[in-house]
Amino acid sequence: MSQTPSLTKVSSGAAGVDTHPPAIDTDNLAKSYGKITALAGLTMSVPKGEVFGFLGPNGAGKTTAVKLLLGLVRPTSGQASVLGSPLGNREARRKVGYLPELFRYQEWLSAREVLMLHCELAGVSQARRTSEINAALDIVGLVRRADDRVGTFSKGMQQRLGLGVALLGEPELIFLDEPTSALDPIGRYDVREVIRELKQRGTTVFLNSHLLSEVEQVCDRVAVVDHGKVIAIGPMADIIGVASTVRVRATGLTTASEMALARFGTPETEGDWYTFRGVTENDIPDLVEEVVRLGGRVYSVESRHESLEDRFIQLLQEVGEA
Amino acid sequence: MMSAPVLVIARLTLREAARRRLLLAVVVLTVVLVALSAWSFGKLTSLSCDDGVPCSPTETKMIAAMLVILITFMYSFVFTLGAVFVAVPTVASEVESGVTLAMLPRPIRRSDIILGKWLGWAIIAGGYTIVTTGLEFIAVQAVVGYTPPHPITAILFLLGECLVMLTLGLLFSTRLAPMTGGIIALVLFGLAWMGGVAHGVGTLLESDAVRNIGLVSSLILPTDGLWRGALFNIEPSILTEVAGASRAMAANPFLTHTPPSAAYITWAVAWVIIMLGLSILSFERREP
Repeated sequence: MSQTPSLTKVSSGAAGVDTHPPAIDTDNLAKSYGKITALAGLTMSVPKGEVFGFLGPNGAGKTTAVKLLLGLVRPTSGQASVLGSPLGNREARRKVGYLPELFRYQEWLSAREVLMLHCELAGVSQARRTSEINAALDIVGLVRRADDRVGTFSKGMQQRLGLGVALLGEPELIFLDEPTSALDPIGRYDVREVIRELKQRGTTVFLNSHLLSEVEQVCDRVAVVDHGKVIAIGPMADIIGVASTVRVRATGLTTASEMALARFGTPETEGDWYTFRGVTENDIPDLVEEVVRLGGRVYSVESRHESLEDRFIQLLQEVGEA
Repeated sequence: MMSAPVLVIARLTLREAARRRLLLAVVVLTVVLVALSAWSFGKLTSLSCDDGVPCSPTETKMIAAMLVILITFMYSFVFTLGAVFVAVPTVASEVESGVTLAMLPRPIRRSDIILGKWLGWAIIAGGYTIVTTGLEFIAVQAVVGYTPPHPITAILFLLGECLVMLTLGLLFSTRLAPMTGGIIALVLFGLAWMGGVAHGVGTLLESDAVRNIGLVSSLILPTDGLWRGALFNIEPSILTEVAGASRAMAANPFLTHTPPSAAYITWAVAWVIIMLGLSILSFERREP
């Protein structure tokens, strides 16, 4: 039978994680643009030092949430704090790095000059600027292109530079909004390594990403948002749970018998293949037995431990059905 | 006292102008324009006034004075147009492209960006105004021996006109797309100029209603009033007397017999400060 893994539903802080003081704390944070609700009451807490994944389909309100937390847009209602300060506080912003999803740097500056500009704006002391810039260039692999104009950079290189900019000033909290969308597999690997390194030195990372396999690899906890609301939040292990995705190849099942199988989860059908998500290992024999009992002839049964992507899709389907 | 981020943004603006070859273009064009006009003024010395008799030095200077007025008007148009061109995209295009999104999370005020950009472009546009007009006056003096009565004051009025349009363009840039802001700014500039003419026509026709239209337009956008301040300081006294001798001359936008009052100049300065304040407010309320 389909079983929902234990989730920390829309509440703060998972057990065992120090939540005092959190890097991010929101209470019913909402944002509307006229009649359009971009974020409908976000309540969550991200402890310091955590790599936090913020997931959701397109238009779920992820980027709006980041912009609110950075003080770039004003909330319609609700409250939030970042590093213990109210939204938009300039002192808190000194300790925050940000890689936007859609951004550009001044194309007539070189990569090194962009980094220098952001050092100046971030208030990095003059004595530290050169070493900070060289370190950032090294981390994101742009040392050889450091003095080339940004206008000559590919999208992936601009994203690398964006990551370098976000790392300046040793921020306590970094927002990465789709940091690997333009990167090749090596670039994505590099970004994962950077995130792991940030975690080691205690930096909080708030990661917005559609690439769920990456989130699964680096995040301690995740929140899933849909239509501007958090529908699940918790440690990665709890979100993914022990469930499996089971694919059964069978013939002879009628629409009525398919409905009778709904207790194992609504199957996705593709020809003779039926895919059941969120099935525990113990349920698999029962599932096969039921298919046979309903007159089905079973040719193949494949079981695979659920990935974050499976769980993500399942959560969204559950919300859609509700 | 200005905070450091204002200076960082101003320096960035100057660098942008240099990297985009704006400064190079401006320098080359200035040299070409001044050289061409100097060559043209040189031709005045060989002009014949009556029946093939060469013009007297007084006549030559009078012709030079009138030409200086026309050329200065052309320059004032170039300065204001240039100020609008650089100002209207300065915020709008960066918000559209995402450059602003990468900068705003830094621990800076939005006013730093507005004031920094204004300062940077004011240095460029103002510098262009001062250097070009100054070189023009020097060239005219060198070629025909004529210098307007108050060249420095005239340049300051032209600088004011340039800064007014720069500030208006910057205000529009915080809300409007560059092409929209640019068109509106230029139409307003044209209306203000027409308002100045209306003021003169109202004087000519002794119509307070028409004159008030001109007065109000000169308060809403003080470009024409400042142009007349520059005009008063470059026209020789004889032309000022001609302008004051007849009401008919009041409608002529190239002659004036009174300088702008101290109150009007104060208003023009206040206008720039108010528009800068509005630009900051507008940008602070904008959500990127």
